[in-house]
Amino acid sequence: MAFRLKLVPDETKIDFFRWQKGTFGLSALLLVLSVVLLLVNGLNFGIDFRGGTTIRTESTQEVDVAEYRAALQPLDLGDVAITEVFDPSFDDDQNVAMVRISAQDGVEAVTPELIASVEEALQVYDSSITFPSVESVGPKVSGELVNTAIYSVLAALAAISVYIWLRFEWQFAVGAIVSLFHDVLLTMGLFALLQIRFDLTTIAALLTIVGYSINDTVVVFDRLRENLMKFKKTPLRDLMNLSVNETLSRTIMTSGTTLVALIALLVLGGDVIRGFVFAITFGILVGTYSSIYVAKNFVLWLGVRRDWGKPDPNDPTAKPRKPVSPFEGAEEG
Amino acid sequence: MLQIDRWKRVLIIGICLLGLLFALPNAFYKRVEAHNDAVAQIEATGVETPELVAARDAWPSWMPSNLVNLGLDLRGGAHLLGEVQVEQVYKSRMDSMWPELRTALAAERETIGAIRRVQSPDGVLALDIGNADQMARAVEIARGFSEPVTTLSGAGQQSLAISTQGARLTIQLSEAEKAVTDDRTIQQSLEIIRRRVDEVGTREPTIMRQGEDRILIQVPGIGSAAELKELIGTTAQLTFNPVVGTTGDASATAALGQFIAPAVDQQGLYYIMEDTPVVTGEDLVDALTASDENGLPSVNFRFNPSGARAFGKYTSENIGQPFAIVLDNEVISAPVIRSAITTGSGQISGSMGFDEANRLSVLLRAGALPAELTFLEERTVGPELGQDSIDAGKIASGVGFAAVIALMVLSYGRFGVFATVALGCNMLLLFAVLSIIGATLTLPGIAGIVLTIGMAVDANVLVFERIREELKTARGPARAIQTGYEKAMSAIVDANITTLIVAGILFVLGSGPVKGFAVTLTIGIVTSVFTALYVTRLITVMWFERARPKQIEV
Repeated sequence: MAFRLKLVPDETKIDFFRWQKGTFGLSALLLVLSVVLLLVNGLNFGIDFRGGTTIRTESTQEVDVAEYRAALQPLDLGDVAITEVFDPSFDDDQNVAMVRISAQDGVEAVTPELIASVEEALQVYDSSITFPSVESVGPKVSGELVNTAIYSVLAALAAISVYIWLRFEWQFAVGAIVSLFHDVLLTMGLFALLQIRFDLTTIAALLTIVGYSINDTVVVFDRLRENLMKFKKTPLRDLMNLSVNETLSRTIMTSGTTLVALIALLVLGGDVIRGFVFAITFGILVGTYSSIYVAKNFVLWLGVRRDWGKPDPNDPTAKPRKPVSPFEGAEEG
Repeated sequence: MLQIDRWKRVLIIGICLLGLLFALPNAFYKRVEAHNDAVAQIEATGVETPELVAARDAWPSWMPSNLVNLGLDLRGGAHLLGEVQVEQVYKSRMDSMWPELRTALAAERETIGAIRRVQSPDGVLALDIGNADQMARAVEIARGFSEPVTTLSGAGQQSLAISTQGARLTIQLSEAEKAVTDDRTIQQSLEIIRRRVDEVGTREPTIMRQGEDRILIQVPGIGSAAELKELIGTTAQLTFNPVVGTTGDASATAALGQFIAPAVDQQGLYYIMEDTPVVTGEDLVDALTASDENGLPSVNFRFNPSGARAFGKYTSENIGQPFAIVLDNEVISAPVIRSAITTGSGQISGSMGFDEANRLSVLLRAGALPAELTFLEERTVGPELGQDSIDAGKIASGVGFAAVIALMVLSYGRFGVFATVALGCNMLLLFAVLSIIGATLTLPGIAGIVLTIGMAVDANVLVFERIREELKTARGPARAIQTGYEKAMSAIVDANITTLIVAGILFVLGSGPVKGFAVTLTIGIVTSVFTALYVTRLITVMWFERARPKQIEV
């Protein structure tokens, strides 16, 4: 026997419903907590969504946030946020900060004079300062971006539920959507808690999470579909346990490979995309959890018709259905 | 049992080799880029300098030379989203129609009476006529200025919308004409912005229409968005207007048909001029930077024949009168006409530096923007920051790749090695496809690649786990591999189609960096399914045929 790394033993017989109340309670609690955080803390929207300007500064001198603030004070810019950025990939004398200026009242477009005056004011304080990136988004565009973001998340959820409904049954689609909402909401809750900047790339991250989580869920559902055909008499609950146990090794393995790749990116990929990668990493953890504990629990709760092959007792006119491929809804019509 | 047709094998290996061939230029990015630039320059100028030839020959011409485009966030450069103020064109159309309409109406003064233009919103021409009962005749004359609009949908529509109320005649562009005008305005703006950006000679700018009335401009390698804005943000509307008078009062209101603009070189001095210009910048054929008689920077220009004729006629009739050279609503200078200027050339001089004169001549050469641009979004990324991101992305991808390989080999042994080879092919194919379709790689796109590395093995994992299960029922290794692939198929297909749906939505609704991410994710899904289902399988089968193992271990 050659050596094999086994993240999961060959045979597992874990009862995933044993802690059903606990996991359900945990999920529910975290969901409520996320909603509360979203309402109380709110999201730290980037300029993509609320307009304004961000300027990235880089200097050989130490960043002194108070001094920066003092330098910008006379300009009367309204809400100014200054944060220092740290990253292991920076050199010793590389000091980076982000200056965010909110959208100026009543200004539709971006004013270059504003940016120039901010840059000048900071240069007076620190002559070695440079501005590696400057981004401005006018309120008109940011409003549209908000809509785009909401539409894209909803469109993704809708498209996926339709696909799952066609390929499986509606109960599975409901289970999948609930678990996707769960993943997205928890990730947003974390962003509200840690006040990580929430911008257009975060939406891309949320959609990626949706894609990954559904991928995981579908693999479990696929096995469940297969087992439902194989074992006609076994209770649904046991079949679900069997299916999750059978696919557990794959679930852990895929999450493992994806996570190691992402953690490499999280640590070494630089600070510009850290928020993006962080969201995906967290989402994959939650997504793995939710496909084991949330999606199928919902399907169990909704129940699945298992009397294929017999005519529906409630529908005397129904023709007998073929016992094969009971979930191929598209074929069966 | 385990059979793959010979032609399929050739095809699979062939695709991988093609992937290698087309991905290869990216490994020599700088060299291939220099080669491409040199080829383009030799073709454009026809001159072969030793440096250009050396750069061209550094990369063999029979090799593919398509590269993955680097997005602005990786290469550095400026991104601008501008909105064209299309309504401005309505106003200038009405204003330019007014003198002719006035002449036409004045010719029938006997019937319709005296005409008077009254205040109206921009883009609307409102007149009061003396004899309100003769309105029908006035409308008829105005209609003579209207033309049928040729559009796909609005056939038979007229270009002017004319309405009357009592003695008031109101003329404006019809909705159909507005739509056509808007379209033309945007097209013209695009063309002029392209010319201006090309004049300064930057590499591969992206200038495209976005939505109804917006223009997206991305210029790699430019220092800042502010610099880009100076170049394309000015309309460069050059006109030569008759001067009516001057005033020192900034808040003075001009009479109808006249406007007021400040002098550039004299604070507090305002010129009152006639709305309708003698000649406009559109009649310019050339503009060059030069020096005036005092050695100060100036811009020399030349009119086309019709411009020269109009200018000659006006100057010969108005000797001793001043006229103003107006650029974007500022009077650059207002010389007095000493003699008729019939040569069709002239000079703009005033208080400007050489840089300014240069920019002005570029702007005049490229032509005026038909309408003003307002900027809704701007982003600048410095080249160093982009390079830092590329370096960090390279290290992270390398480490991620190595970690995934280690996990796979430790978990699946020989089969893990097979999957690794397939993962390598996957990366080659991903880069090959990105290069061939000329996709743009952005920073989130790099994250997409790293994510693909992690997720690409998923299909392999599904198959391997299935083979493991099948081995337990002990029907021989060949059989186990066969059924392993067959049974894992539905899960692989369903799982990847759902991810594709998400990537597709990201592509349609996203922009810029997000789109770049969607592209790499989509291609990554397709190539990873291909490599997992075909490449890994081929390697497995080829190994199986040679080794003929009695039992296998996954």
